[in-house]
Amino acid sequence: MSNQSEPLWEVFIRSKQGLDHKHVGSLHAADAKMAIENARDVYTRRMEGVSIWVVESKYIHATNPDETESLFDPANDKVYRHPTFYDLPDELKYM
Amino acid sequence: MDEAKELERFDDKIEQEIRIEPKDWMPDDYRKMLIRQISQHAHSEIVGMLPEANWITRAPSLRRKATLLAKVQDEAGHGLYLYCAAETLNISREEMVDQLLSGRAKYSSIFNYPTLSWADIGAIGWLVDGAAIMNQVPLCRASYGPYARAMVRICKEESFHQRQGYEILLTLCRGSEEQKAMAQDALNRWWWPSLMMFGPNDDASSHTAQSMKWKIKRFSNDELRQKFVDVCKEQADILGITIPDPDLKWNEESGHYDFGKINWDEFWNVIKGNGPCNKERLQARIESHEEGAWVREAALAYAEKKKKSELVGSPSN
Repeated sequence: MSNQSEPLWEVFIRSKQGLDHKHVGSLHAADAKMAIENARDVYTRRMEGVSIWVVESKYIHATNPDETESLFDPANDKVYRHPTFYDLPDELKYM
Repeated sequence: MDEAKELERFDDKIEQEIRIEPKDWMPDDYRKMLIRQISQHAHSEIVGMLPEANWITRAPSLRRKATLLAKVQDEAGHGLYLYCAAETLNISREEMVDQLLSGRAKYSSIFNYPTLSWADIGAIGWLVDGAAIMNQVPLCRASYGPYARAMVRICKEESFHQRQGYEILLTLCRGSEEQKAMAQDALNRWWWPSLMMFGPNDDASSHTAQSMKWKIKRFSNDELRQKFVDVCKEQADILGITIPDPDLKWNEESGHYDFGKINWDEFWNVIKGNGPCNKERLQARIESHEEGAWVREAALAYAEKKKKSELVGSPSN
């Protein structure tokens, strides 16, 4: 038996026209065509999608959880980026 | 960050119901416990296809055949979702398959019982999938993200499995005397092994306390088993067949059904490999893996060859 194994692929599915592709899981396949065929069988048995993307997992780059604070916390003190920050009279309509 | 601090942060997340994700720090034992549980669960889905597949070619109608095929295909899918969830914990698919085929890994002992009649397919859907759902619904809130997400998908699909099983038994119970007897016989054989699916009693379950502390499990084995008995009694009444337990009766005080003593010797004996079908099931998996080896090799060789020809044909060359 060969020791070589089929690479891992991440699967993204568009559930219907007009929506984004969303990550649903992963699977192993020898190549992209097989990955798409397997994704059809594994992740869309009940009309879950109209379009499939597959990406070999090794090509996904991700943020490091240790840097979560330094990366995402600064947004916390910038509440003025949200519309609710601004004090306006109740009479004001359509804004 | 030092380990004590990491552990504190981890415990904090568990406490606050924040899911743990693959790249987050986690204690070694948490990782090990998850790998053990998720891979056993995956193996159970895969081995679980065997007793049912036995009846696909002998299903009594096209409708029954189509639904049974769809159900068995779902079990394969569930196994794959779970293997992928386990792989996020740094164990390879090959290693897990190897653990199963070499007999080092366990799978649910219920699948070591034979499917002797068509009614067994009904009983498996009703009882075995019913017990699985009882176990699995709380796992949708398990503290490890990839496991919880896989369980959500599985639970959504599993409810048709139970209904198709119950419908098979309902049809038999409304049929001839012989058909009803078949349904009763299936219940007689599957009832006790189904109760064993929840695992040992709480005081004998070595992993339960830690698993609940880490919020992998949310209910103990005995709590889930009691819930299962309570719902099954009424479902058996609707079918008009009798649960094979003379001690089963309503307890006004506790608000639950009391039930008889489980034969734990049988349970441990099947787990140790001495159930009616242990050898047959493992043999089937080994043969299927070995006979499929050339397909895996061919697919990889083809992918490799295509990659090379794309390189040769690319404009930069």
